[in-house]
Amino acid sequence: MATLKVNGKVIEVDVEGDTPLLWVIREQIGLTGTKYACGIAQCGSCTVHIDGRPVRSCVYPVAGVTADQEITTIEGLSEEGDHPVQQAWAELDTPQCGYCQSGMIMAAAALLDKTPNPSDENINSEITNICRCGTFQRVREGIHLAVEIKHKSAAKV
Amino acid sequence: MAQEKMRINRRQFVIGAASTGAGLSIGLALPMGAQKAFADDHSESSTQEVNAWVVIDPDDTVTIRIARSEMGQGTLTGLAQLVAEELECDWDKVQWEYPTPGENLKRGRVWQSFATGGSRGIRGSHQYVREGGAMAREMLIEAAAKKWGVVAADCTAADSRITHSPSGKTTTFGKVANAAAGLTPPSEVTLKDPKTWKVIGKPKKRLDTLEKLTGKQIYGADITMPGMLNASIKACPVHGGKLESFDAEKVSSMPGVKSVIAVGDDAVAVVATTWWQANKALNALPITWDKGENTKVSSASIDKFLQEGLSADNAFVGNKVGDVKAGLKKASRTYTADYSYPYQNHATMEPMNATAVWSKERCEVWCPTQNGEAALAATISASELSSEKCDVHKVSLGGGFGRRGATDFVTQAVLIAKTMPGIPVKLLWTREEDMLQGMFHPVTKARMTAGFDDDGNLDALHVRISGQSILATLMPQAIESNDGMDPVVFQAMAPEGDHAISYTVPNLLVDHAMRNTHITPGFWRGVNVNQNAIYMECFLDEVAHESGQDALAFRQKAMKNHPLALAVLNKAASMAGWGKPAPEGRHLGLAVCKAFGSYVAACAEISVDQGELTIHRIFAATDPGYAVNPQQIEAQVSGSFVYGLSALLYGECTVKDGQIEQQNFHEYPSLKMAKMPHVETSVMPSGGFWGGVGEPTIAVAAPAVLNAIFAATGKRIRHLPIKNQILG
Repeated sequence: MATLKVNGKVIEVDVEGDTPLLWVIREQIGLTGTKYACGIAQCGSCTVHIDGRPVRSCVYPVAGVTADQEITTIEGLSEEGDHPVQQAWAELDTPQCGYCQSGMIMAAAALLDKTPNPSDENINSEITNICRCGTFQRVREGIHLAVEIKHKSAAKV
Repeated sequence: MAQEKMRINRRQFVIGAASTGAGLSIGLALPMGAQKAFADDHSESSTQEVNAWVVIDPDDTVTIRIARSEMGQGTLTGLAQLVAEELECDWDKVQWEYPTPGENLKRGRVWQSFATGGSRGIRGSHQYVREGGAMAREMLIEAAAKKWGVVAADCTAADSRITHSPSGKTTTFGKVANAAAGLTPPSEVTLKDPKTWKVIGKPKKRLDTLEKLTGKQIYGADITMPGMLNASIKACPVHGGKLESFDAEKVSSMPGVKSVIAVGDDAVAVVATTWWQANKALNALPITWDKGENTKVSSASIDKFLQEGLSADNAFVGNKVGDVKAGLKKASRTYTADYSYPYQNHATMEPMNATAVWSKERCEVWCPTQNGEAALAATISASELSSEKCDVHKVSLGGGFGRRGATDFVTQAVLIAKTMPGIPVKLLWTREEDMLQGMFHPVTKARMTAGFDDDGNLDALHVRISGQSILATLMPQAIESNDGMDPVVFQAMAPEGDHAISYTVPNLLVDHAMRNTHITPGFWRGVNVNQNAIYMECFLDEVAHESGQDALAFRQKAMKNHPLALAVLNKAASMAGWGKPAPEGRHLGLAVCKAFGSYVAACAEISVDQGELTIHRIFAATDPGYAVNPQQIEAQVSGSFVYGLSALLYGECTVKDGQIEQQNFHEYPSLKMAKMPHVETSVMPSGGFWGGVGEPTIAVAAPAVLNAIFAATGKRIRHLPIKNQILG
């Protein structure tokens, strides 16, 4: 039995402690936006945030998460699907097949939290997700555009 | 957003329909239109299927049916643009849905082929989908004219509105769709002049983006149904081997495990409550394989086998001009080089999967597939039920690249579901299974021999290809009818057609010594163009250099009878500033070819610093004839470099003791952000033909970079991938 706080909700799950967080999120909690692709933390499709930090959930045992830690999945990144990264992605039509994009968006959102105006070098070192369709050019443009969108909405407020 | 939601509901209905016993039979027995009515909670009379391609709701929402599979390449948006153009509907009100292969069968293949490969989505169906849109438009106009008691010829349609010009009367598509549905379709329609297109050729946003940004898009791997069980599978790691035995008792008491079963004669699966439990038990399961004869095969033995083919007497002739033997004999100088291309896995991000539910009365499958009809055929065969008792529901694909044209995973899912009637079972492969049980990019080698005349011109060229045929394994009947020859081997070197060679050589011979191995080959995005473009473009770069000519000038001369190929070459070269001084340390390389009906070229700008390769920029030009959605073409071109450069830099699957060695991304890397060059794309549609877009550019990625590496280092790399090479 584990108590998790996922997208702001406290959830009790009955699962063995060595089960990776990815499979708890997908199979016990039923949030399938977080993807399985490699299972060995190579590709980043399973990226979620734990207390705002990007984590590859496919190798993160659920026993390693405490009840007070905030887990955020793609479904909880924003209420209306309007996080600056999501807005930028929509504007640029970034996804192709889209399978890796939940992880890509979560990685990009975490990068912007840590580094509000990332350079191309920051993007190169922090965005290490695999995308076989090859959306990197629009991912890079999207991260820069998300910075602009964030500034614009901050200016409005 | 409201439209987006409605569409999701509709699709969820189809999936949800199978979740309950009653829904299963009702949902799938109803015709498409009725299913839609159900989904939208409308009465049946309000559903307005004008024809197979077009459904229009009273609120003017237009649903366009898409038969081909969307796997990231943007085909569904492009196909919808084709229909919408002729339909004259309001693009902002367009949604889409997949008909099922079973429905297609029932309705006499009204949507024709579902196969999505060979970059054929648009180029293979543009005519009939536009006709579908045009017919629907004519029927809508006729319905309005009848209602008004006027002549249809005096009415026009635009933006989902019909206008009777003499009286000024107007109505909307939604109001007459029901009446239109009852009319006899026109026997023929005239398609619009491309000059008047308003939707085709415009950089429309994709119709399927928003769900991909919020985690809401359901891929095959995401399917859940009440009572569903999950399965993980292992097939014999040596292709062609069999399952000998397994010890189910060792794992049957592990948490969640429901059953451990043999699947066919070469695989074993564990079925459990969750997939994680199934996979954990599978990993603990003692399995004995009968690996068969092929355990003696290794990369070295395959290499030797192919090497022998390079000088073998017998070979299939794919292209012959003049007399190459005589040409080489009389040449003042000859020049030879050998090239090779390794096995590669498609490595779609979403591993293979399918969900099946079987009973004696019905078998349903939900799967990401590039070929819905083949998936249905596999379902019918594995379920041992008649065709009317089976159907396949296409689910979003997490990448395809050719791998999902096959149906091995569909067969497995049905065989598993058959052991537990009435219970839906989702089979999901691990990445490791996906790597081992791939359908690999075939291995080939090439011996390239050039003969120069006294003036240093290329007078004779012999291309001897030795290696694997995809068709020999996957479609043996296709080569039997061709005296054993596989014509696909000669892509981009063919005498004519979609894959015609772009050069004129007075004496040319392209031949193939077929050397097949036990490793299952497959159609891998770009197929045989990938290696053939490397062989041709890198070798001709060598020839240009050997004869003291500029690589661009040499090609321009040999391509003068191929103006469209020449145009993209010149464009890529000029974008890159060919012939002008390059920035310090930067070097350029060119490649061009015709593939999948389109003309593509690339110029790569690279540097090599202490053996470290950096690909800075790539300038790409594409002429697909008609460019249906230029911004999606740019996305495909840019993405193609990621696929092509991943292959060039890292892509290699090796064979040891008969099995593929690489099992995950740490051993089979893919290009990431840090290595991504900036891609500048020129889409230059010359009109008059329909070329493919998803694949052709991949073929120029590797040779452009390899030729630039030579410019930088003087080193010719003829064997891939680059990770095995020292650059200096």
